[in-house]
Amino acid sequence: MDEKVLITGNEAIGEAAIQAGCRFFFGYPITPQNKVPEYLSYRLPQVGGCFVQAESEIAAIYMVFGAAGAGARVLTSSSSPGISLKQEGISYIAAAELPCVIVNVMRAGPGLGGILPSQSDYFQATKGGGHGDYHLLALAPSTIQETVDLMMDAFDLADKYRNPVIVLADGCIGQMMEPVEFKERPSEVFPPKDWAVTGAKNRPRNLLKSLYLDPEKLEQHNLKLHKKYLEMAKNEVRVETYLTEDADIIIAAYGTVARISRTAIKILRKKGIKVGMVRPITVFPFPYETFAEISEKVDNILVVEMSLGQMVEDVKLGVCGRANVHFYGRVGGMVPTYDEIVREIEKIRRSQVS
Amino acid sequence: MMKIAFERPRSMFPVPTHYCPGCGHGIIHRLLGEVIDEFGIREKVVGVAPVGCSVLIYNYIDCDMYEAAHGRAPAIATGCKRVHPDLIVFTYQGDGDLASIGTAEVIHAATRGENITVLFVNNAVYGMTGGQMAPTTLLGQKTTTSPYGRAPKREGYPIRIAEMLATLEGATYIARVSVHSPRAVIAAKRVLKKAFEIQINGLGFSLVEFLSQCPTGWGVSPTEATKWVEEKMIPFFPLGEFKVPKNEKLVK
Ligand SMILES: Cc1ncc(C[n+]2csc(CCOP(=O)(O)OP(=O)(O)O)c2C)c(N)n1
Ligand code: SF4
Ligand SMILES: [Mg+2]
Repeated sequence: MDEKVLITGNEAIGEAAIQAGCRFFFGYPITPQNKVPEYLSYRLPQVGGCFVQAESEIAAIYMVFGAAGAGARVLTSSSSPGISLKQEGISYIAAAELPCVIVNVMRAGPGLGGILPSQSDYFQATKGGGHGDYHLLALAPSTIQETVDLMMDAFDLADKYRNPVIVLADGCIGQMMEPVEFKERPSEVFPPKDWAVTGAKNRPRNLLKSLYLDPEKLEQHNLKLHKKYLEMAKNEVRVETYLTEDADIIIAAYGTVARISRTAIKILRKKGIKVGMVRPITVFPFPYETFAEISEKVDNILVVEMSLGQMVEDVKLGVCGRANVHFYGRVGGMVPTYDEIVREIEKIRRSQVS
Repeated sequence: MMKIAFERPRSMFPVPTHYCPGCGHGIIHRLLGEVIDEFGIREKVVGVAPVGCSVLIYNYIDCDMYEAAHGRAPAIATGCKRVHPDLIVFTYQGDGDLASIGTAEVIHAATRGENITVLFVNNAVYGMTGGQMAPTTLLGQKTTTSPYGRAPKREGYPIRIAEMLATLEGATYIARVSVHSPRAVIAAKRVLKKAFEIQINGLGFSLVEFLSQCPTGWGVSPTEATKWVEEKMIPFFPLGEFKVPKNEKLVK
C-alpha cells in the first residue's frame, strides 16, 4: 500500500471494494464496465471471497439482497440498461434497509443506446429510480483516485445508514488509466448487524421484509426512511469548489465533465475571464447550500452535463432564482470539449455585456 | 400421565393462519415445521418467502426469513447461502412466483447447483390476486383471465416444472407430491425430508413440487378441491421423483 499503481477505473473499482472488505460480487456482463466483474472473478477467490455471474441483472441485485441481508459487504456493478433492470431490487433493498454498493458506469441511452460515456442516469440515481419514496446515497467521482476513495467510503456509508449507496461513474472513468494509491484507512466501528439473517440462534428470529399492509405502519416506515435521508443531507454532503473566490461566472459539473471544465477554466482565466467551478461529489444528498451561497455572489451559472439537462434541475433548486442558470450538454456518447465550454462561457459573457 | 401424540412443531408460531378453509398452504407449512423440528435445525434455517398467498409464511414459521420480490426468492437464497454455506436455506414459492415471473431465477439456481431447497406450491392458479390463470393452469380450466377455459391456441400449455428441472445436470433432487389426502400428505413429508437431507449433506439443489388445493381460486368446496387434485391435476402432473442423486435410494 501507499504506493501508486497504474490501473483502469473499472479495475480500481474492483480492487477498492476488496480493500474495503467486500468479499461478495454478483453481476452480469455489460459494456463499458466488464473489467469490474472480470477483475473480481479473478481477485475474489484469492481473498476467500465469492464471485457469481448471475443470469441477469435482476437476479444479480437479488443475490445482493440475499448477501447484504446475511450481513456481508457486497457489491454489484453494471451500466445503464443493466441498472434499469436492477431498479426493482434496489427499491426492495432500500425498503428492507440493507447496506450494499451499486456501481453504474453510465453509458448513453435511452434503450440500448450506445456504449460510450454519458451522465443521463442522473435522475434515476438521485431521485429514486425504482418505485416508492426512497433514495440512494449517490457518489460521483471525477478521477480514478477519487473513485477508489469513494468506493471505500461507499461501503462505510452503506453500513452507517443501512442504505444502498450508488457510485455514479461513466464510461470515461471506467476505461481510462491513472496512477492511484489504495490508502490505508482508519478502522471505523459500525453498528453491529444484529438485524442480519444468520440463523436464529439464542435470539428472536430476524425478518427482512418490505410488506406493510397496515397503511399507518407503512407510513411510519416511510417516515423512518425519510428521516435517514434528512440525516444524510445534514452529514454527508460533499462538494468541491474550484477558484470560486474571485469568480464572476460559475460552472457546475460533476464526474468526467468536471475534469474537462477544469481545463476550460484555465483557458478562460488566461483570457482574463474569471470562472470558477462547483463540483458536487455527492449528487444525493445534493449541495443545494453551496449553490444558494454562490448565487448570492455571481449572476451566471453554467451547468455542463453529458445529458440534456438533469443535474441542472437541482442547481436551479439551490439557486432559487437568485442567478441565471444556463445549460450546455452533449449526449449519445458525445463528450463536451473544453473548447465548447469556453465558447459557452464567452457567449454568456457577451450577452451580459450587450 | 398421558403420552403426547400430536403437538405444534416448535418451529411454528402458535397462531391461526390466514388461509382459506381447505387451502393446501397450511398443510405444507405444517410439514415444513415438522421436518425442521425433526432435523433439529431451526437455529440454522433461513427461509425466503414469496409473493403470493404464502407471503406471510414468516408469520407461521419461526426462523430467520427474507421476504422476496415476486419470483426472486432463489436469487436471494443464493446470496444468503454463498455468505453462510452452513445455513440451511429454503425458498417457498407459488406457481406464478416460480413458474412464471421467476422461471429464470429457479432454473439458474438449479443449474448452478445451489445447495438450497425449494418448496414449489402448484395450485394451478394465482390465488392471491384473485384466481387468474397461472402457467400451471390446466387445459380447459376456467380462471378469471381464461374465462373461456384454457385453450392451447389462445393460452398455450401448462408447464411441468419438476420434469423440466430434472433435465438439468446441476439439479440433485426433484420430486412432485400432493397433499390432497392423508396418505398423500404422509408421502409428501417423506419427500420433503429427503430434500432437506440432500441439502444438509451438501449434495446440492433440491426441489419439491406440491400439488396444492385452492378451493377459493377454483370456485369449489374444500372436498371438491381434493377430488379435483386427484382427478384433474395428478393425471397431468404425475407424482414421483424425477431426479435422485446417484447411489441414493428412492423414497417410495
Ligand atoms: C412484480 C410483481 N408483479 C405482480 C405482482 C402481483 N402479484 C402478487 S401475488 C401474484 C400471483 C401469486 O400467485 P402464485 O405465485 O401462484 O401464489 P398463490 O397465491 O397461488 O399461492 C401476483 C401476480 C407483484 N406483487 N409483483
Ligand atoms: S386463495 Fe387459494 S391459495 Fe390463497 S389462501 Fe385461499 S385457498 Fe389458499
Ligand atoms: Mg398459485
